[in-house]
Amino acid sequence: MSTQPSASPRAGTSSTTVDDSLAAALSSRSRPSRPSGVTTSLTFGWRALLKIKHVPEQLFDVTITPVIFTLMFTYLFGGALAGSASDYLQFLLPGILVQTVIITTVYTGFTLNTDISKGVFDRFRSLPLWRPSPLVGALLGDAVRYAIASTVVVVLGLILGFRPDGGVVGVLGAVLILLVFASGIGWIFTTLGLVLRTPNAVMGVGMMIIMPVTFASNIFVDPSTMPSWLQSFVDVNPISHLVTAERGLMSGTASAGDIGWVLVATVALTAVFAPLTMYLYRRR
Amino acid sequence: MSTSSDLAVEASGLVKHFGDTHAVDGVDLAVRTGTVYGVLGPNGAGKTTAVRMLTTLSQPDAGTAHVLGHDVVREADAVRGLVSLTGQFASVDEDLTGTENLVLLGRLLGYTRAQARERADELLTAFGLGDAADRQVKKYSGGMHRRIDIAASIVVTPEVLFLDEPTTGLDPRSRNQVWDIIRVLVSGGTTVVLTTQYLDEADQLANRIAVIDHGKVIAEGTSGQLKASVGVGAVHVRLRDPDQRPAAEQQLTAALGVPVLLDHDPVALTARVENSDLVAHAIAELTASGIGVAEFSLGQPSLDEVFLALTGRPAEPDTTSESDEENAA
Repeated sequence: MSTQPSASPRAGTSSTTVDDSLAAALSSRSRPSRPSGVTTSLTFGWRALLKIKHVPEQLFDVTITPVIFTLMFTYLFGGALAGSASDYLQFLLPGILVQTVIITTVYTGFTLNTDISKGVFDRFRSLPLWRPSPLVGALLGDAVRYAIASTVVVVLGLILGFRPDGGVVGVLGAVLILLVFASGIGWIFTTLGLVLRTPNAVMGVGMMIIMPVTFASNIFVDPSTMPSWLQSFVDVNPISHLVTAERGLMSGTASAGDIGWVLVATVALTAVFAPLTMYLYRRR
Repeated sequence: MSTSSDLAVEASGLVKHFGDTHAVDGVDLAVRTGTVYGVLGPNGAGKTTAVRMLTTLSQPDAGTAHVLGHDVVREADAVRGLVSLTGQFASVDEDLTGTENLVLLGRLLGYTRAQARERADELLTAFGLGDAADRQVKKYSGGMHRRIDIAASIVVTPEVLFLDEPTTGLDPRSRNQVWDIIRVLVSGGTTVVLTTQYLDEADQLANRIAVIDHGKVIAEGTSGQLKASVGVGAVHVRLRDPDQRPAAEQQLTAALGVPVLLDHDPVALTARVENSDLVAHAIAELTASGIGVAEFSLGQPSLDEVFLALTGRPAEPDTTSESDEENAA
């Protein structure tokens, strides 16, 4: 069967059954037609879900951390800031939801960097695919993580006594807008994930950005008590605009301007950081 | 038939620098379709960097390369549709099972879910991984890991398969399995470009071999040609009586016209010869003059000797560093 001049007799004798089934497996040289970018992106999203299935520990950051944050801020500061924990919760919950999900976006860069440091990304890059699909797929998988984190925060809030006037539609709308914005932010961290050398560096730099941006916002307190220089930062902080839109949606008072602002910011983030990510990805 | 259409891989003057390091420094390659081509060299010689350029993972700083007539830079997407790479390190997702990895790749290559599943089962069975199909790849042994790596490269049978050090770190049995797989692949018509630090491996598998060192091809040819370039080989003689060795040394030196080496073994003599015709004559003379010859052999030089002759240093890999530093780039 072997036409190789250099093939030794061993090829024919050592593992005949393997050779036969292998030859059969190789006999089909047909090539399926090339899949669409949507199919390959969804397939990479499926991979992200499989990884959650096999390594469920990686969901700690979207399940346990939000619970700790919500409980801690509600009961530590609620009485002092708003007179009672339950009053504070009405104010805090949309904001803590934002902080939880925005922190989770750092993991997008962390995961990408980890992936690249292993050989499997080389294989994906050597396939004839729509090139952004591994990254788009990763963001799709992360959207599932963001949704889990959102569900944990909202359900915990409802148990603790959070009562959104916007009703089910308002809350779902708020979560949806947040997921959209988070996928825009995710491109910042895919960029970082490609620039920085190690996953831990991505984590460190990511947190260095996320922490000041989320705390210096209207998430925890009304900015009117802050010094004016800080107020002016809070006023331009995109996170503040996002939180305002979230509060509006959950209480049923959102203006089209608030929501429009979030969508424009998402488009702007994607327009800058998605091409930058792709440029870096191609160059690696 | 014209020569260029016979070539699966054609590279000329490929260069890749990383800072001051000339990882690949003007490499020319010509790989005929349907053959196994060995790229032989020690760690850090530039093998991985060359393969990464040929598989579109990295762009050359200078030079050109074509795979089945397609330029690896300008027609990268077409090249990706024809080649497959099994990298030196894990090239599947260790968190996923064997089946999941192959279904993932099948889907990415355009199979439907059912077709991808069927292909995965077929390959896992063919590679003797049926029992491990639903186990995470990180729990596989070294040999199994290598087999799933290769299976992942032929979910759709490629026209040209690049294998970057496919047997580094494997035990002999797993290595033989990988060799068998490569032989079957080639008999099915796939062209294989194989990098290796093992001379034996290139000798066993490759139709032609390029010896690469410090980013340059320092010799190219069949293993026979490479061996012939350093002389016919070595003659080894063992005597019955150690006392006769000085006399035998004199006679052999005269008959062969080359210096004769005396081994630690008190009855053994070795000489490098250029002309094998002289050997039979020399042995006959020894016997005729009453020197008892217990055994003699005329061995082809090993590729180790070839490498030593070409570079002035042995090709033995640096066993303390498994990883090619070039891979980090």
